Amino acid sequence: MSENEEQNKEQNTEQNTEQNTEQNTEQNTEQNTEQNKPASSAEQAEVSISAEPSIVAETTAAPAVDPEREAKLKAAAEAREARAAAKAKAESEAAPEEPKTPSPKQPLLDETVALIRSLVSEDAVEEAYINEMNAHMPVIVVKGDCWSEVAQLMKTHPTLDCDYLRNVTGVDYETHMEAVYHLVSLQSKQDYAMKVKTDRETPSIASATPIWATANWNEREIFDLLGIDFPGHPDMRRIMMPDDWVGHPLRKDYEPLDPEV
Amino acid sequence: MIRTEELLLNVGPQHPSTHGVFRIIVKLDGEVITEAIPVMGYLHRGTEKLAEDLNFTQIIPYTDRMDYVSAMTNNYVLCHAVETMMGLEIPERAEFMRLIVMELQRVASHLVWWGTYLLDIGAMSPFLYAFRDREIIIDLFNELCGARLTYNYMRVGGVKWDAPEGWLDKVRDFIPYMEKKLDEYNNLVGGNEIFLARIKGIGKYDAQTAIDYGLSGANLRCTGVDWDLRKAEPYSLYNRFEFDVPLGKTGDCYDRYLIRLEELRQSLRILKQALEQMPSSGEVMGKVPRVIRPPAGEVYVRIESPRGEIGCHIVSKGKAEPYRLKFRRPSFVNLQILPKLLVGETMTNLITILGGIDIVVGEVDA
Amino acid sequence: MEFNLEKITPEERRELERNVFMGTLDELKAWARSNSLWPLTFGLACCAIEMMGTGASHYDLDRFGVIFRTSPRQSDVMIVAGTVTKKMGPLLRRLYDQMPEPKWVIAMGSCATAGGPYVKSYAVMKGVDQIVPVDVYIPGCPPNPAALIYGINKLQEKIRYEAKTGKRVTGR
Repeated sequence: MSENEEQNKEQNTEQNTEQNTEQNTEQNTEQNTEQNKPASSAEQAEVSISAEPSIVAETTAAPAVDPEREAKLKAAAEAREARAAAKAKAESEAAPEEPKTPSPKQPLLDETVALIRSLVSEDAVEEAYINEMNAHMPVIVVKGDCWSEVAQLMKTHPTLDCDYLRNVTGVDYETHMEAVYHLVSLQSKQDYAMKVKTDRETPSIASATPIWATANWNEREIFDLLGIDFPGHPDMRRIMMPDDWVGHPLRKDYEPLDPEV
Repeated sequence: MIRTEELLLNVGPQHPSTHGVFRIIVKLDGEVITEAIPVMGYLHRGTEKLAEDLNFTQIIPYTDRMDYVSAMTNNYVLCHAVETMMGLEIPERAEFMRLIVMELQRVASHLVWWGTYLLDIGAMSPFLYAFRDREIIIDLFNELCGARLTYNYMRVGGVKWDAPEGWLDKVRDFIPYMEKKLDEYNNLVGGNEIFLARIKGIGKYDAQTAIDYGLSGANLRCTGVDWDLRKAEPYSLYNRFEFDVPLGKTGDCYDRYLIRLEELRQSLRILKQALEQMPSSGEVMGKVPRVIRPPAGEVYVRIESPRGEIGCHIVSKGKAEPYRLKFRRPSFVNLQILPKLLVGETMTNLITILGGIDIVVGEVDA
Repeated sequence: MEFNLEKITPEERRELERNVFMGTLDELKAWARSNSLWPLTFGLACCAIEMMGTGASHYDLDRFGVIFRTSPRQSDVMIVAGTVTKKMGPLLRRLYDQMPEPKWVIAMGSCATAGGPYVKSYAVMKGVDQIVPVDVYIPGCPPNPAALIYGINKLQEKIRYEAKTGKRVTGR
């Protein structure tokens, strides 16, 4: 658990909510005792974990406010403070603990994640964090198998209502490949970024074209330049390079055949 | 018995009206199009791959050449992305210069669109009028940053040069001149029956289709959807100015035509307000570290270019070069609706519809 | 007919000098060709906008006899304005072959000359002279309309020079 603390100390823009796997609406009571509600004093609360084994670490906020939960919270916060003070003294060489203020979009992210989890599947969401650099955009990493259902949900669900797919980007990390879908809801002006990871040898992500027609050429471009296949796409052909081109140019290990021409 | 056959026609990459190297393979039944397959990539220059070896200041000239008709907005989207990543503060005068330059660029871009669109429809003179006025704007830019088309003017943290002596007064004089000319152009073209017959009712689509296809800019607003990024997700200093966002009703080419001309007028209005509110002195470059190294992470910013929503998605690993730089080009996304719109149209309307979408092939291909 | 050129009065001589031109047929053809160069509209990228600007009202190209023709069968010169990609290369060659003789090529802008800023790209042909023989190179990114007009003037001079002397021009 301490490694998470170090990560948080590094001022990463990602907030690791990997321990969210057990968040269900029923189990809120225990886990929310360590809450950082944005209402409560943000200075004292830390977005970090406790060493208590029974409580799983998370950085989520519960939507409902409960008086008894608040009391529990205060007690937990004080206990945490004491622990933190002790820890700070112990690790005097480490960088000063800066409390991480929770993002204002965090509740929204958690609602969305909970919704996806409940309506699609338990393990559909691999990771969910707030990209603070980018005006606090919620980022949700979705598991590849569940992507079509999640996408359908994002579009049709009345609260999410993401009817406008802005952008599809393919990124080639050397270990895996990823497609990032940027969605926005025109009514509520809320934007999301959904990421789907895939491996490098046979990259394949379910196509979002049946859901948003914008994805058609975007996916063709990603196929052309990166090689990610999109099963379910109506017309998978090369779009930018000539049809008989060999290779996928935007990959990190691409070698052009005739560099002198 | 007359037997008709389907004709496969190539509206080829070299064509006077395709706004660049863009090819459409049409299957014709007489004069009516049954299917249209666009083929692009004839201008794919690999900007995104090249950007992985260059630091951000070096990528700025490449952004100019992507959408070469409105180069300032491209510059801005890249600089804005890097500044968002690094959390930089831009001095106010620099921000005003950027805004003035971007709105002037919007005027110039819409003039080019107007001139070439009418040239495609068959009117020769508006092209010459449009370019005459565009020359004035280009001369202003030439004085400001030394180049006529590919300005390379903005930098991460501000702009490169401040306005020279008397430049702002020239811009101030240009605005009433342009407004008068706009009225003249409306008289020249607006009531022309041939023009109206060629444009009204062509290329209609409704709001749901537009949203589904991810259209932006005038293509989206012609259906009545009120989505202008300058108002919906304000960036730069747009929330300080008053301007209207023209909306259309029917979603045909004529609405797009009127919307763009009205946007031109609104740009002039923003320019007037900006010139009044501009601080008379100040720095034009903020505090920027010597080597621009954004922290690790990713960011997606978007602004409203004359063609629609241009976005810049940067994935950075903490180095001076981006790990992955992707531009969401509006012309690329807007063009997807073309095959759908062309089915059932005649060949003459193909050019009208294509011109109405307002593409720049440098942007379609990047 | 025999002209006795020694018995001309000075006034007649002046008249003659003013109204009678001596030259070869080649020079005459070159004069005609150079003063009415009809280019093929081959604008590919940003240089195309400058080319359009040159043809527009401010820097008029029509005064040089330059009218843009859209069909390769009716044009003399191909102004390659913009980046030539590997996808576009074969088509450019085909269009060049479709032009009737005599034909010339002007490479406008640094992309057409040698690849330009995209010289390290995987999809760009580094210079159009890899597929067609180029007569005039105009550097610039994009070249000023005045530079384009200068380039066209240079081509006109080249046509006239080659006809006069019969020598091919290289590096003049």
